[in-house]
Amino acid sequence: MSDMIVLNDVTKSFLSDRSIKDKDGKPHWFTAVEPTSLTVQQGEIFGLMGYSGAGKSTLLRLINLLERPDSGQVIVDGTDLTTLSASDLRIARHNIGMIFQQFNLMSNRTVFDNVAFNLTVAGYPSADIHKRVMDCLEIVDLIDRAGHYPAQLSGGQKQRVGIARAIAPSPKVLLADEPTSALDPATTRSLLTCLRDINEQLGVTIVIVTHEMSVIRRLCDRAALLHQGQLLEVADIRDGLIQATTTIGKGLVHED
Amino acid sequence: MLTGAELSASIDKLLALRKEIWQAFVDTFIMLGISTTVAIVIGGLFGVFLFLSSDRQFLQNKTLYGVLGAITNFMRAFPFVILMIAMSPFTKAIVGTGIGPIAASLVLAIAGSFYFARLVEQNLREVPRGIIEATESMGARPFTIIKVLLNEARSGLVLSVTILCISLLSFSAAAGMIGGGGLGDLAIRYGYYRYQTEVMVFIVVMLSIMVIGIQASGNWIAMRLDKR
Repeated sequence: MSDMIVLNDVTKSFLSDRSIKDKDGKPHWFTAVEPTSLTVQQGEIFGLMGYSGAGKSTLLRLINLLERPDSGQVIVDGTDLTTLSASDLRIARHNIGMIFQQFNLMSNRTVFDNVAFNLTVAGYPSADIHKRVMDCLEIVDLIDRAGHYPAQLSGGQKQRVGIARAIAPSPKVLLADEPTSALDPATTRSLLTCLRDINEQLGVTIVIVTHEMSVIRRLCDRAALLHQGQLLEVADIRDGLIQATTTIGKGLVHED
Repeated sequence: MLTGAELSASIDKLLALRKEIWQAFVDTFIMLGISTTVAIVIGGLFGVFLFLSSDRQFLQNKTLYGVLGAITNFMRAFPFVILMIAMSPFTKAIVGTGIGPIAASLVLAIAGSFYFARLVEQNLREVPRGIIEATESMGARPFTIIKVLLNEARSGLVLSVTILCISLLSFSAAAGMIGGGGLGDLAIRYGYYRYQTEVMVFIVVMLSIMVIGIQASGNWIAMRLDKR
């Protein structure tokens, strides 16, 4: 197994709201990610777990540089993304798919066009786009919805379009930012199965952010437990038991 | 109430003016066509840059946004009539004359551009941020992101064009002051200065029909384009 994603001492802070000042009167910087290092193996499903404000979404967004770290390295598939030029970063991003809690589909394009769009962006040969879109819609079982607009779909279907769109250019990595948080339990289960299948059949490495322990338990091989911007520990889940050693980690794990 | 004789006298007066009325229609359409087209292009570009240079967008730049915003506000602060007079040396230099529908179109286009720029900015702001992020995460070029933004905002943009067009139609009435011609001008010259009320009524009715027509087509197109 090789390393697919390596985060080396990454940090990220944001400028707070103007009304919050430090004691010296300067604007307050809120630290979302304390120095954090972690490694995700190729083919793994890796969870980022924590309460609200733990910095898990920010950490995920550092992986494709939607947020640029203040310091540290972000190495994906052997390349340090922080050193790339804008155009090389765009090319590297074709290799990192992403799905979102709010789906973020283009509402004025059909399901087919949403998926095709990502292929066009990734420079996929236009003659092959139709077949590739249909293949991807087949994987997420939405062939019959190709001509629909997102507004005509249920939440679970929208997220499956999101998945089809993300995996269309055959990325090596799929980032999932709370993909089931807007969905009901039954839809969540079928979506997790879909993600599991994609991981097994296509060998895509998946990093998933969630606050739901049940999602981690069903889906992940390993999970990082985060609290207030700090990585508490990385728990192995493959044996079905989650062993957390820190107090907060135990609290997270035994929540539900 | 109008008697039959009065009504037929009014119609005779209107018929006597049919050449002028026809010319006014032509002038109005020239002014509206040129100014709306130019305003969509220039105002559209300006609006896109206003939006992209604002906070949290990918060309985020406080200075640029400040400068673009200040220019827009300054140009929008001009009452249209004053702008027309202020711009007359400029229109003379470009179209060779300071009067007539073409010269008036230029002034209308400038006024319309900055008006439309704000409308475009506002429409783009309504596109959910997540859609821009998703597009960025795919590794799309800035130009592609702009295309996505415009496509997502398209029904609002069509309604903004509708508003722009109707505003320019009403501005164009003031263009008569520099000999711009057009329906508004005719209404003022005959209907007001010469007390020919029937001309005034006829033109107001025509303008109303045009406004209703523009708004109805805008609404229809916007509805057809909106898949949200």
